[in-house]
Amino acid sequence: METLGVDLDHGLRSFRLSLALDVGAETVALMGPSGAGKTSVLRSIAGLLRPDSGRVALGDDTWLDTPRRIEVPPERRRVGLVFQEYALFPHMTVRANVAFGGRERVDELLERFGIAALADARPATISGGERQRVALARALARDPGVLLLDEPLSALDAHTRSRVRQELRELLLDLGLPTLIVTHDFEDAAALADRVGVIVDGNLLQVGAPSELVAAPADTFVAGFTGANLLRGVARAAPNGLTEVALDAGFTAYSVEAATGSVALAVYPWEVSVARDAPDDSAVNHVRAPIASLVTLGNRVRVQIGPVTAEVTAQSCERLGLREGEVVVASFKATGARLLAGGVSSAR
Amino acid sequence: MRPSAFGVVLWAAACVALAFLLIPIVAILSELTLGELRDGLTSDVARDALRVTAETNLVAMALILLFGTPTAYLLASRSFRGRTLLVTLVELPLVLPPAVAGIGLLAAFGRLGLLGGTLESLGVDIAFTKVAVILAVTFVASPFYVRTAIAAFEAVDPDLVAASRTLGAGPARTFGRVALPLASGGLGAGAALAFARGLGEFGATIMFAGSLQGVTQTLSLAVYQEFDVDFDTALAIGALLVLGSALVLFAAKVIPSWRRSASTSITVSAPSASR
Repeated sequence: METLGVDLDHGLRSFRLSLALDVGAETVALMGPSGAGKTSVLRSIAGLLRPDSGRVALGDDTWLDTPRRIEVPPERRRVGLVFQEYALFPHMTVRANVAFGGRERVDELLERFGIAALADARPATISGGERQRVALARALARDPGVLLLDEPLSALDAHTRSRVRQELRELLLDLGLPTLIVTHDFEDAAALADRVGVIVDGNLLQVGAPSELVAAPADTFVAGFTGANLLRGVARAAPNGLTEVALDAGFTAYSVEAATGSVALAVYPWEVSVARDAPDDSAVNHVRAPIASLVTLGNRVRVQIGPVTAEVTAQSCERLGLREGEVVVASFKATGARLLAGGVSSAR
Repeated sequence: MRPSAFGVVLWAAACVALAFLLIPIVAILSELTLGELRDGLTSDVARDALRVTAETNLVAMALILLFGTPTAYLLASRSFRGRTLLVTLVELPLVLPPAVAGIGLLAAFGRLGLLGGTLESLGVDIAFTKVAVILAVTFVASPFYVRTAIAAFEAVDPDLVAASRTLGAGPARTFGRVALPLASGGLGAGAALAFARGLGEFGATIMFAGSLQGVTQTLSLAVYQEFDVDFDTALAIGALLVLGSALVLFAAKVIPSWRRSASTSITVSAPSASR
């Protein structure tokens, strides 16, 4: 599998986009506030935007090298780009849209994405989830070496979103292509990507696994932008009326939300409390483990306890005398544990 | 429901305006009996003028579409220094008095004009021929098409053009399969407007091509000539022009909406364009 290498420098309206990133056979999410330059990265890779200077290559295939004056036009870059609003051709049927990317595998792709029945429909007459599948099928019809997804879930309503997120994750695992996803949602990023890069004002502040970003954010901005701990596991209804989740990390947790099968349990670091012993309070979820890391962010400290990261005040940290390696108990309430249905399979 | 005073004012003003536009048209159509209309239109003058008008306008339209479409696409899809100046140049005939257009064409292509010597050495004489009518109509009518075509190409969602490129289509294939079909409604409307303008062309033609029956005398020129000679024939030709122009103009309004419902092109591209 070829590696996508990107090194860009480009002046945007109020800041410079300056970023270097290598993407192997993995999914990397670029996450940041709108206007941070995320989409410009995708457009530069696809050849729709010419950066002031930079290099883009897939393996030995150089697409852009400004010092060597190489610039391959978009149609000759093996890129599958899925636009935020999907950009389906409104004057063509679903079949013609997919065939536009490549004629050889049209039937196979229509079948694979479950849109064969819609082959003769126009994009305007199908649902948002269906449009996304058409856009993916069309991008793959080209047999791309790189997949670029611009806010793949933002055009969908909340209900469709969780289902599509799961489908998308399975697809990306299956394809095994270097994939870059742009999103402003940490849960989407954490659910879909192996690594997440936080990009602000054109700079990559931090790149790492989602749990790394939660446990050890580089600064307060990253801390604010990364949301919840995402704990993968398998859910089933428990006799007490709650949902019991057997976490892959070896613990069992409870949530008030209903779900069965593969789930991601989401809990915000500031909803997790830390104690030396399991407290006798209303929290039903307790994780006893040694402290893996302590990261101070101004007046707050992120404490990683086993698979869970808690955020406590610096004052509490000092009062409890927390040290790395000490065994403590992280607790959170079942009401603070949200379940993302199917959001994350245990395949990883 | 009782109409408001403001509503009454609007309707009153509109009635005056519409009546002013309608009365001359009604006058043309009502001054003639059906017999006089038939005699007028079957006269040699009218038949020759109809033939000359059809021939010259069809060639002029072909030229406008052939050169105007790429020009409009270029101006709509590229941004470069001096673009506004070029758009102004393209639109200039809209505001130029037709007599000025005529004298300009004469000064350029006439025997004593700028290119006259070159053309004469090639054995080409343009002024006061059918070619002159075609050039006059093309000059005066083209901005009606190009202006509308620029707007139609600009309304095509840039993401669709970008998507086409990333899917392996080069710029030419992208133009043919994405931009052109999506702009076709607007292009059709622009063509109809230009055609209607070309049908009525008078000033530039009479200065550059003259009014030779059977050669350069178009319908509008025939009306002007006949109103001295045979008023009924002039009226009959006038009636034909009124109906023809009205039909073309109506088509210009209907074509885009018909295209829209057939392809849903504009409704779908709207949300992403407004993003």
